[in-house]
Amino acid sequence: MSNQLEPIKDPGLPAHVHRRADLDEKYAKRAETQVAILFLLSALGTVLLIVSYVFIPQDIFVFIPVMGEQNVHQLLLGLGMAIALFFIGAGLIHWAKNLMPDEEVIAQRHEFRSNDEDRAEFVKTVKAGASTAGLGRRPLIKRTMGLALGLSGITPILLLRDLGPLPGDELTKTSWKTGTYLVTDPGDRRIKASDLEVGAVAQVLPELAEGKDHHSLNDIAKDALLLIRLRPEEFNLDAERLSWTHEGIIAFSKICSHMGCAVALYEQTTKHLLCPCHQSTFDVTRAAKVIFGPAARPLPQLAITVDEEGYLIAQAPFNEPVGPSFWERSS
Amino acid sequence: MDMNKERNTVKRLSRLRRHRAAGPVLLVFALFTIGTTFQVASAVNTTTQTTADRSAAIEEGRQLFLKGCSSCHGINAEGGVVAPSLIGVGAASVDFQVGTGRMPMADMSQQAMRKTPVYTPAQVNALALYVASLAPGPEIPGDELLNYERDGSIAEGGELFRTNCAMCHNFAAQGGALTKGKYAPTLMGVQPVHIYEAMITGPQAMPVFSDKTITPEEKASIIAWIKSVEAEPQLGGAALGRVGPVTEGLLAWTLGIGLLIGAAVWLAMKAR
Repeated sequence: MSNQLEPIKDPGLPAHVHRRADLDEKYAKRAETQVAILFLLSALGTVLLIVSYVFIPQDIFVFIPVMGEQNVHQLLLGLGMAIALFFIGAGLIHWAKNLMPDEEVIAQRHEFRSNDEDRAEFVKTVKAGASTAGLGRRPLIKRTMGLALGLSGITPILLLRDLGPLPGDELTKTSWKTGTYLVTDPGDRRIKASDLEVGAVAQVLPELAEGKDHHSLNDIAKDALLLIRLRPEEFNLDAERLSWTHEGIIAFSKICSHMGCAVALYEQTTKHLLCPCHQSTFDVTRAAKVIFGPAARPLPQLAITVDEEGYLIAQAPFNEPVGPSFWERSS
Repeated sequence: MDMNKERNTVKRLSRLRRHRAAGPVLLVFALFTIGTTFQVASAVNTTTQTTADRSAAIEEGRQLFLKGCSSCHGINAEGGVVAPSLIGVGAASVDFQVGTGRMPMADMSQQAMRKTPVYTPAQVNALALYVASLAPGPEIPGDELLNYERDGSIAEGGELFRTNCAMCHNFAAQGGALTKGKYAPTLMGVQPVHIYEAMITGPQAMPVFSDKTITPEEKASIIAWIKSVEAEPQLGGAALGRVGPVTEGLLAWTLGIGLLIGAAVWLAMKAR
């Protein structure tokens, strides 16, 4: 009995501490003036905005430290709006904190259920309304309305169709075919092997098919190549991959195997290709092997050779899908 | 005594100054000075015209090379452990590397950076001639290739830049990071001749952009586009270095959220 603890009493709310403005009219008056000044500042901000919008020409520039040459018109528009909005907020906060009543008030929750009288009244009103509208007497209206409402509910489900159709072989095929000429991007000029010096790169697209006058973005997103020329002895490739190059010229898909960004940051000194999005780094001398970053697969290499005039052509289409992984990808 | 003497000298000088002939004599002297200065200055362009002058410049270049470059690049520009061979790099390479102050390197860091050139234009020219005399290589582009205002199309230049240059040098030519501390420098304030030389020689980590894949006219267009970006005023307020979401994000996260936190703290503080 003696070691039983006393239950802790509910301490209740702490005693309310009055603010100085509650006790002394002088402080209240001062707070009122302060709030008024804040609101006036906001009004000045709006005036500044209007003046700079109407009267300040758009071609005046002024030097501001750190920010550099700035357009006066834009600068004052922004400043005016910032001042106008900020000081409305500041005035409201200052007013609420210092002058509005701050005594704690306890409001008890009431029961959610309405009293029986109100409930009976509601049922009576609905029934009277329904019989006045004549729903029971005119079943045609009731049924067609049901049909209309029901069908309109299907619309959102119908829109799900836009998630399809399935891409088919779109993701696995590019415009590169055996014998497709490599052309410059932009410019669409055929490229001779002798056009590239050692250390040179070129951005490449396939030559446009007969009847097409431009590369569609969908095509560019799959077809873009980077052509790089190294000294042939710098390659560290197996015999098959070496046969895909031509006199030190090697062609890789520019679409990163991680997320599909354009990989074209080529460092001539290290022979590394870098993806600007997530810093995946590929070693050009080892068939674009991933040496850093999140990419899981090397960039696909296009087998190239030259035609009898010395122009670069594709030996064969890509032997694997270009770009990032997708569900149905086989490897 | 001394003071008196001094005062007399000053008096004599001021008498000379007020002499009737003083004006005309000064005028002749000024014209003579300007004339000879102009002759000496404009002579720089004509030094390489004759063969004799050319070999003299090559010899001067060789002397400069032996003094300033050979400790790393070798007595015969054959290269060494820390520096590449310069045989066959061409005059354009030398003009770019030395003319932009990248060479001589200040320190052995990842990359030589642009700085105030150590050599005068005439000395750079002599060095370029010397290195070009070792083996043929890309030549310094002449004025006929650099008339970008006449030959270049800004729109075409923008398209070429976005495909060929923007991945390293940023979409507004402000430069960007590469691997292991290397970087692609900003192109703002670079002379057209140096932009051209960089494209044909591929300095440091940059690859070469041959004249066949990007023609000289297209190169002029790229220069025209870069110059138009350089001249573009900041119409939309502070550009924050024109590097996109990095600085914008930094500012929003520090200044913007900082302000919001300040306001939240103020809101929660009890008034007294």
